[in-house]
Amino acid sequence: MNFKQRDIISIRHFNKEELLYILDLAKRMEQMEYTDILKGKVLALLFFEPSTRTRLSFESAMKRLGGMVIGFAEPGVTSVAKGESLSDSVKIIEGYCDIIVLRHYLEGSAQLAADVVKTPVINAGDGANQHPTQTFLDLYTIQKTKGTLEGLTIGFLGDLKYGRTVHSLAYALAYFGAEMYFVSPPSLRMPGDFMEALKDRKVKCHENESLMGISKRLDVIYCTRIQKERFADPVEFEKVRGIYRLSKAVLEEFGIKNDLKVLHPLPRVDEMDDSLDATDFAVYFHQARNGVPIRKALLAAVLGAIE
Amino acid sequence: MKHLDVAAIKDGSVIDHIDSKSTLKVAEILNIQNEEQIVLVGMNLTSKFLGKKGIIKIEGKIIDQKEANKIALIAPNATVNIIKDYEVVKKFKIVIPEIIEGIVKCFNPNCVSNYNNIKARQHVVNKNPIKLQCHYCERIMSAKDIVLI
Repeated sequence: MNFKQRDIISIRHFNKEELLYILDLAKRMEQMEYTDILKGKVLALLFFEPSTRTRLSFESAMKRLGGMVIGFAEPGVTSVAKGESLSDSVKIIEGYCDIIVLRHYLEGSAQLAADVVKTPVINAGDGANQHPTQTFLDLYTIQKTKGTLEGLTIGFLGDLKYGRTVHSLAYALAYFGAEMYFVSPPSLRMPGDFMEALKDRKVKCHENESLMGISKRLDVIYCTRIQKERFADPVEFEKVRGIYRLSKAVLEEFGIKNDLKVLHPLPRVDEMDDSLDATDFAVYFHQARNGVPIRKALLAAVLGAIE
Repeated sequence: MKHLDVAAIKDGSVIDHIDSKSTLKVAEILNIQNEEQIVLVGMNLTSKFLGKKGIIKIEGKIIDQKEANKIALIAPNATVNIIKDYEVVKKFKIVIPEIIEGIVKCFNPNCVSNYNNIKARQHVVNKNPIKLQCHYCERIMSAKDIVLI
């Protein structure tokens, strides 16, 4: 399996074997907390959009592998504020590093960066499009907590229109024979082209507005925040604000499998109650921690430090 | 003697077998309003192949590749005839290329290709019906979404 110097832009660029390879590598990475296999390598973190987990977990992963980190988390302090284009920014920065991790609010920005630089680029989220490293850690979490990725029934809940983590994960789970329920208000349904892509891949897909009647079938609920920042019209946001609120009581009332697992890419606002945190259903904090071994695996593989 | 619905031209290009409803769009692609020589546009002409077809004849103009690519997206059945001294010297069917560059605007307003003077680029994932996937944001456009640059 060759990941050396490869860009990680979209989950669509990987086949099932490649996904499983990175999950296996992450398992190995979890065993060795600190190494120096990336000693002398420099990672540039270019975050044009706010992030806590993704940015810090990349930083932690790089440092745990012995590498160094440069970058910014606030574009206002860079030449971008002077009007520099994204292409120019990444062309300059590639001279300072061995690998670039980019988060940008425009969709396709990571592909653009990868097209103009020789340094490998990892997409850490491009608008509402893709977030492939999140998908790797979501798959890793499901595999660890459910014991398998094969043949699961997954419910996606919340903002499915702008939820890039949902788009990437649904696409990846299609490789594993998952049945999918997409639960959202009508205005936040999965984009038509994603649904079409899933149907082309023979995925059993359903669209619902509530978990009522379907919750008993689910092995996993993947809950997402309704993202205020993606709405052009605040009135539209107000119509759907707080529409879902998962809690222990709600799940018990609806009826669920005892071994249900609830994932969330975090941060949460009001869509998931604290009462879930102490239950065996909640795996979202564990999920966030899995960001480190996954990102260690990707950095080590792309920089050719491990096979 | 064969009756011609649209008069012949001496030198230039004839775009034939246009789906009738797409004729004016093809005319727009070819920017015919700025042509100074004779331009003949026919619509709803009888066609064995299409039922009804459109045809555009432009005196003094040779269709270039970029124009042919654009026409292919709008009228995939079209054929081009290059005319010299009233004779067809070259005839070819328009072919949709695998990659479209600088022709179609990505319909996703948040796509990076709509910013920073980036050349729009799409991969043709299906030719009939046409489906284009943006190289950058991966969104898939169908015929109704196509806006030419």
